[in-house]
Amino acid sequence: MHIIKPADYARMLERLAPASANTATLAAPSRRGFLKAAAAISGALVIGVRLGPSEALAAAPTDGPMPNAFVKIAPDGTVTVLIKHLDMGQGVTTGLATIVAEELDADWSQMRAAFAPADAQLYNNLLFGPVQGTGGSTSVANSWEQLRKAGAAARQMLIAAAAAKWQVPAASVTIDKGTLTSGSHRAGFGEFAADAARLPIPTDVTLKDPKDFRLIGTRLPRLDSVDKTDGKAVYALDVRVPGMLTAVLRRPDRFGATVKSFDAAAAKKVPGVVDVVAVPAGVAVLAQNTWAAIQGREALAAIEWDESQAESRGTTELLDEYKTLAATPGLNAARRGDAAKGIAGAAKTIESEFAFPYLAHAPMEPLNCVIEKTADGVTIHAGSQFQTIEQAVTAGIMGLKPEQVKIETVWAGGSFGRRANPPADYIAEAATILKAIDGRAPVHLVWTREDDIKGGHYRPMFYHKVRAGLTADGKIAGWEQSIVGQSFMAGTPFEAFAIKEGVDGTSVEGAADTNYAIGDFSVQLHSPKVKVPTLWWRSVGHTHTAHVVEVTIDELAHAAGRDPVEFRLELLKDKPRHAAVLKLLAEKAGWGPKAGAGKGRGLALHESFNTVVGSVIDVAVVNGQIKVEKVVCAVDCGIAVNPDVIAAQIEGGVGFGLGAALHDEITLDKGVVEQANFDTYIPLRMSEMPKVEVHILPSANAPTGIGEPGVPGVAPALSNAIFDATGQRLRSLPFRLEDFKV
Amino acid sequence: MKFTLNGSEHTIEADGSMPLLWALRDVVGLTGTKFGCGAALCGACTVHVDGTPVRSCQTALSDVEGKNVTTIEGVGGEVGTAVVTAWRKLDVVQCGYCQSGQIMSAVGLLSENRKPTDEDIDAAMDGNVCRCATYQRIRAAIHEAASNLA
Repeated sequence: MHIIKPADYARMLERLAPASANTATLAAPSRRGFLKAAAAISGALVIGVRLGPSEALAAAPTDGPMPNAFVKIAPDGTVTVLIKHLDMGQGVTTGLATIVAEELDADWSQMRAAFAPADAQLYNNLLFGPVQGTGGSTSVANSWEQLRKAGAAARQMLIAAAAAKWQVPAASVTIDKGTLTSGSHRAGFGEFAADAARLPIPTDVTLKDPKDFRLIGTRLPRLDSVDKTDGKAVYALDVRVPGMLTAVLRRPDRFGATVKSFDAAAAKKVPGVVDVVAVPAGVAVLAQNTWAAIQGREALAAIEWDESQAESRGTTELLDEYKTLAATPGLNAARRGDAAKGIAGAAKTIESEFAFPYLAHAPMEPLNCVIEKTADGVTIHAGSQFQTIEQAVTAGIMGLKPEQVKIETVWAGGSFGRRANPPADYIAEAATILKAIDGRAPVHLVWTREDDIKGGHYRPMFYHKVRAGLTADGKIAGWEQSIVGQSFMAGTPFEAFAIKEGVDGTSVEGAADTNYAIGDFSVQLHSPKVKVPTLWWRSVGHTHTAHVVEVTIDELAHAAGRDPVEFRLELLKDKPRHAAVLKLLAEKAGWGPKAGAGKGRGLALHESFNTVVGSVIDVAVVNGQIKVEKVVCAVDCGIAVNPDVIAAQIEGGVGFGLGAALHDEITLDKGVVEQANFDTYIPLRMSEMPKVEVHILPSANAPTGIGEPGVPGVAPALSNAIFDATGQRLRSLPFRLEDFKV
Repeated sequence: MKFTLNGSEHTIEADGSMPLLWALRDVVGLTGTKFGCGAALCGACTVHVDGTPVRSCQTALSDVEGKNVTTIEGVGGEVGTAVVTAWRKLDVVQCGYCQSGQIMSAVGLLSENRKPTDEDIDAAMDGNVCRCATYQRIRAAIHEAASNLA
């Protein structure tokens, strides 16, 4: 069994690093050396020592004294935390600032956040290796110790500066809510910001005992609520650079096709259109404003595509092929005991199949970025999620070194995985357009919603076939699962390291490594090649594996005549953390006898990104239709840095998962995507949103992921609730309840 | 093309067939109004024309000649303030991209109906998509604003 581990990412990067002068910067140190450096911490401070002459300081979005690479204290007393991650709504600016504020003993009102410049060494993701990037629900988890140490170091430096000025022992200086005190002396941070910045950065700092936390674990207001409610927050779509042209791109209808010829005359006649250029991805229309660019694209005539290498299959044909494949032996993703023998000797067996469609991410802000030539390279303005990879890709296109590609990260209007993609697709398109016009004007590439829905990089289609058996006394006698779906990693620079003996760990995560104690167990994988570009989608492999496992466990519990909570608890005897989540969930949801006629209740429990989430969904049959009424979730994500942001992520994750359970589906007819906008790719709307209740388990462990883990349990809990209410099993997604009559 | 924008007179040089959305964003330079679908399917571009919420992506510039246009940048007054205050108090936003449109629709609802029921909220807000699914907090914030307006 191979599930991707952080060390793999470091090795992936070595592969990705272009053969340029910057290779040394990008090359991964050994994992061991890396951990040692991080643990010494002093991630922030060891690195911070080198900050002085570094370009990063000059490129930092704020000026002024800076104790280290992550904390800037200004003379006015404000504390700015440099955020190395993208905030796409998950609230990391607030969460990461909370960690610094806690160790610094700052007052929350003085805290600010700014996106850090792109720098793979200073701002690397400690769980990815030396890549700056956001994903896998790692932002708080990988920053936890790093930012605690950065905050504690800044605190120690302020105290030393105050002690020197006041001529008192450092031990006599205390800090409370942003105020330094010693005897009759009192001052704010600003007074000592300049002095503190001149001091050596301490090599050893003492972190707070978690029982002394005063900010972590409390509800603090989000740092972005004001700017996001008065229209002032700047997203990439709002970036304006003098002389900028807006570009829209005509891409082929079929994935893998390329442009052969076109007639630009009519497009060029559209008022406002400035240029039409061919780039590898298609034909770009550049104009003085977005409307002119969109009209210009509509006026493009006689485009001929070379479809000789294009995908021509539809989803019906693909699903037929997947079903055929699932019946043949695949590659072993997990194998222990003898599943076939166990099932053959079982008292009861169940066999089922599950199909999952391609899914678009459809973030509210369509993909876009601005790229401009500068004196020494280019600058990209984007809701950048994979800075290091975007630098490498752009450098390759423009003939630059990666460090000549500056990235100004801005707020992202959602992502759900879409903005972090190995080919950096939309960034690369913008760079090729800039190159095609010889860099003579800054380019703002804007995707329309249709471009987004039809643009590929979908969560892959998957098909699962499951056989499982029960012994006469209701124990699992064997479990065989065959999974078919395109690899997330194949065809990317990560392929050689992410795929072991043919098995892509992300295709089987959540199934091959199930926490349930099942002795005779087999998971097999087929990864067919399809030319539809695919990508991780909020919770990656767990989007499909959790559904299959949790529905199947529910089916087995019912077949065994067992309560679904008790049945799971027995399988989790050696997993106290999972059992604790399940017990809290059962208590908070009031798990017990059936709710009554016309009502149903279903359960799911799943671990993803080191976080355990349990979900109970209540449904009601109203006028022959299923209504999702309420969702209760219990969560163990380690120490809850900001419980309200965590609750928001689970609430949103439930809505996102419910949209996929009820509606989301990309289908292809002869290779052409059949959906285009929100009338055909149906988003969840207000009237469908159930009440969501979130319960967080107290924990003394370091924080784990929260952006994604709310999603996987929704569809299976809903399937199980519908079974409870109606006796009917809905397995394949989406359920399309509008067509389901009770 | 002349119209009143957030309380002041504006004259802009643009083709009357240009959607108000793009005129606001690309010609006037007010970027708080967002592009989400271009087809009146998501509500991210909602503004008020003479006090009524409209989708600016489907409103031609010529349709607002001589009218009063209010965008997120111009939200104020008793109802507008109550809505924005409630949004902040409950930390409704996640990515925030749809929230300009959500707030404009909510102000429209509460201007007409000071005590909306959940069904009223569904009817008024179903046209505003939030992919972060902040719907539960949007609903709560509308009720919160309503109680502060009572």
